[in-house]
Amino acid sequence: MATVVDSSDPKSNFPIQYRELNYLNCSSGWKSWFFTLDHKRIGIMYLIGVTCSFFLGGLFAVLLRTELLSPDRVLMGPDSYNQMFTLHGAIMTFLVIIPGVPAAIGNIILPVMLGAKDVAFPRMNLGSFYLWMFGAAFFLAAIVLGGLDTGWTFYTPYSVTTSTAVITALLGVFILGFSSIFTGLNFIVTIHTMRPPGMTWFKMPLFLWALYATALIQILATPVLGITGLLLIVERAFHIGIFDPALGGDPVLFQHFFWFYSHPAVYVMILPAMGVVSEVIAVHSRKHIFGYRFIAYSSIAIAMFGFLVWGHHMFVSGQSRVVAVIFSAITFSVSIPSAIKVFNWLTTMYKGSIRFTTAMCYGLAFIFIFSIGGLTGLFLATLATDVHLHDTYFVVAHFHYVMMGSSLVGLFAAVHHWWPKISGKMFSEFWGRIACLGVFLGFNLTFFPQFLLGTRGMPRRYYTYLEEFQGLHIMSTCGAYLLGLSSALMAGVLIYSVYRGKKAPANPWGGASLEWQCSSPPPHNNFDHPPLAGDPYIMESVVYNEEIGGYVPVECQGDNKQSVTASGDKEA
Amino acid sequence: MKLFIPNMLANADAGFWFPPQGSTVAEHSDSVYFFILYVCTFFFVLIVSLMVLFMVKYRHRPGVEAEKTSTHNLTLELSWSVIPTLLTIVMFWVGFTGYIDMRTPPSDSYDINVIAKKWSWAFQYPNGWIESELHIPKGENVTLTMASDDVIHSLWVPAFRTKMDVVPGRYTQEWFKATRAGEYPLMCAEYCGQKHSNMISKVVVHETRGDFDKWLQQASDIHKNKSPVEAGEYFYKSRGCIQCHSLDGTPKNGPTFKGLFGSERKFADGSTGVADKNYIRQSILEPQSQVVAGFRPIMPTFKGQLTDQDITAIIAFIEAQK
Ligand code: HEM
Ligand SMILES: [Cu+2]
Repeated sequence: MATVVDSSDPKSNFPIQYRELNYLNCSSGWKSWFFTLDHKRIGIMYLIGVTCSFFLGGLFAVLLRTELLSPDRVLMGPDSYNQMFTLHGAIMTFLVIIPGVPAAIGNIILPVMLGAKDVAFPRMNLGSFYLWMFGAAFFLAAIVLGGLDTGWTFYTPYSVTTSTAVITALLGVFILGFSSIFTGLNFIVTIHTMRPPGMTWFKMPLFLWALYATALIQILATPVLGITGLLLIVERAFHIGIFDPALGGDPVLFQHFFWFYSHPAVYVMILPAMGVVSEVIAVHSRKHIFGYRFIAYSSIAIAMFGFLVWGHHMFVSGQSRVVAVIFSAITFSVSIPSAIKVFNWLTTMYKGSIRFTTAMCYGLAFIFIFSIGGLTGLFLATLATDVHLHDTYFVVAHFHYVMMGSSLVGLFAAVHHWWPKISGKMFSEFWGRIACLGVFLGFNLTFFPQFLLGTRGMPRRYYTYLEEFQGLHIMSTCGAYLLGLSSALMAGVLIYSVYRGKKAPANPWGGASLEWQCSSPPPHNNFDHPPLAGDPYIMESVVYNEEIGGYVPVECQGDNKQSVTASGDKEA
Repeated sequence: MKLFIPNMLANADAGFWFPPQGSTVAEHSDSVYFFILYVCTFFFVLIVSLMVLFMVKYRHRPGVEAEKTSTHNLTLELSWSVIPTLLTIVMFWVGFTGYIDMRTPPSDSYDINVIAKKWSWAFQYPNGWIESELHIPKGENVTLTMASDDVIHSLWVPAFRTKMDVVPGRYTQEWFKATRAGEYPLMCAEYCGQKHSNMISKVVVHETRGDFDKWLQQASDIHKNKSPVEAGEYFYKSRGCIQCHSLDGTPKNGPTFKGLFGSERKFADGSTGVADKNYIRQSILEPQSQVVAGFRPIMPTFKGQLTDQDITAIIAFIEAQK
């Protein structure tokens, strides 16, 4: 057994975890963070940014829901309401869900899972983070500079004529798009070129497949959003007549452009979360994932089909009947790969040894919520029913079930699953689970009544409504308060653990993929030798060790455990 | 269609999920909805019960390790890909057939024009009468031809289960055949700015065509319902005077109406006159006979289009523009 030795380090005689040198404390001072090229630190900065955006967007959400307690004015007038739902939607989509799992968690975990030192282009990685910050700043500027009231969809000609800060916000979207493209590019190159010896495509953890599929969408679809945004800016500034019918433009053209990006973008939101759930279910059930290849292929299939279905957002826009029929047919094809994944996760649990850790609880909540979100998509893909349901609260409920309920719960699962790795600390499982329960109940109480609101005749984006809907709105608002409190509790539990938590072992849950082989938190360079990769789902390859409070590789039972936790390269 | 959806499903729970069905397409739309709902409920219950079963049965117990089971099974995986695929094909098909009906306006229908603007609806009936509520007879096909003055709106009558965007720069159509007399909300479903949520009106479905015709005749009998000045304002707006004559003093294609009554007019042929009742009446019926200096002789005649009563109302309206 080799003990890893770094001769430049004076304390190198100690086994690595006694040295306590990791990526968090290997250097300090603000410069060591703001100019870092370490993917883990960049990921953490993203995570902080995403969390702040989430609570800002969440604050807007709670205010919106409070306003809807009554058809009369509660807190604000219609102008503020319209601006608030726009910013809520735009912040949640562009600043929380799209970068959440890929940019924040992906950045931290992807290279470690690959057994690599860093991503392929560390400088570009830092660059995309600053682009993200810059884009976020434009969004905040839009709030200050007279708000934005177009809805996150920016439909023309309304967005051409409104007097609010459309151009500022669009510049923000444009910049964020570049950030997204660069991250995607970086991930693709990293996965292609930096897999360790032994990791073939089909030995890659499914989270990486999901990130790969996501990255493909990011680089192929985001440019369309950028160009659409630019065209809209040009239209507003110079009145050229691209989208504004008063000048001879076509407002429906804008919708085609917009959804050509934004439909694939919903898969940027959900695919990484699905990848997370594949990892979480397998690890916490201590089972090999079922149907590995089907899951991997279904990620790619979703990414591909995702480009062909944008027209299902426009069944009542006046597009031709033939086009609507074709889009409806293709839309159903997206539901199949999603269904496959759900069945695979369930089968993975079969005969497992399921531990209800907080991460697993979020994983199970994901399956529950995503099933509702995915199945309700069928009502919208079906032409006859979509005509009634389009632009109602049914759609609001549906996309919150997939975007907030599934993508965000996936992000929560990811944060809890990898928290020991990221922070080096264990959080309180008890309080973590309480928060999870609160999120689950609060979420369903908020959004389930909205399906009924929608079918009964409540359009979306309404500041006031008919009396008969008040009961359901009040239920929904109560749910939102519970959801808000629970997410605050969750954040509190995690932050508390950083200061008071127990030290985390290298492999607390018993995962077999490479990120569990380096110490928690990982050293600056992740691994001292590139580890040898095997099947990432052979859970039998690690066993629980009482003394360490975590899992160690089977071959090393009884040996000097410290050394193996530092490196996967057991033969070195 | 009916092959897949037993009739008994069609009205199940309609009150809980939907407002009462008010049109011929509603029944089909709802039955498709319930068909999908039952399929989805089946799968959802299946997924959640399996999940709960596994959660209970295979929860971690000290000393018991996970059992190694096979990591894939082609038959199983193919069956859970193929069965949902077949079901979605059925869903697509039933949705498709209903949609084609919804989007094909029948040739023998009663036509009403709709103008949507921020934030109100204007329904124009074949006799030219414009009203902000939609009135239709029961049991007759009605086709709306819709245009927007500003941004995109969307006309939705939940009870009819139909909806169509109203897009500026083009006409869109929506049709329905109401099956039940009564009043139903009608609203704008596409976000259109500040008062989007106030863009609510109603559909009044009259029991018979006779009732409807009577209503239309009475509503459009403007002289009975309005004061002469109001009636005059209605003609000013609805007959197009507004395009050339302003009320705020600025000349457009024609002179403004502000302060017109009783003023001294100079004509293109050099003569002058006072704008009294007879002058205005003649300007409407024979506009070319006395063209005001500085304007082109482009005003059309309204002879035969306005009755004497209408003209009296218009005169009263102009007189009121001081
Ligand atoms: C996989 C994750 C999914 C995400 C993240 C997602 C997200 C969204 C979002 C954001 C919208 C609302 C767009 C708007 O502002 O109008 C939406 C609408 C829609 N979704 Fe999904 N969706 C997902 C899954 C599905 C599935 C599986 C289907 C169909 C089988 C589906 C079908 C639809 C349709 C047809 C609409 C348009 C509804 C309408 O506007 O009338 N979605 N989705
Ligand atoms: Cu509107």
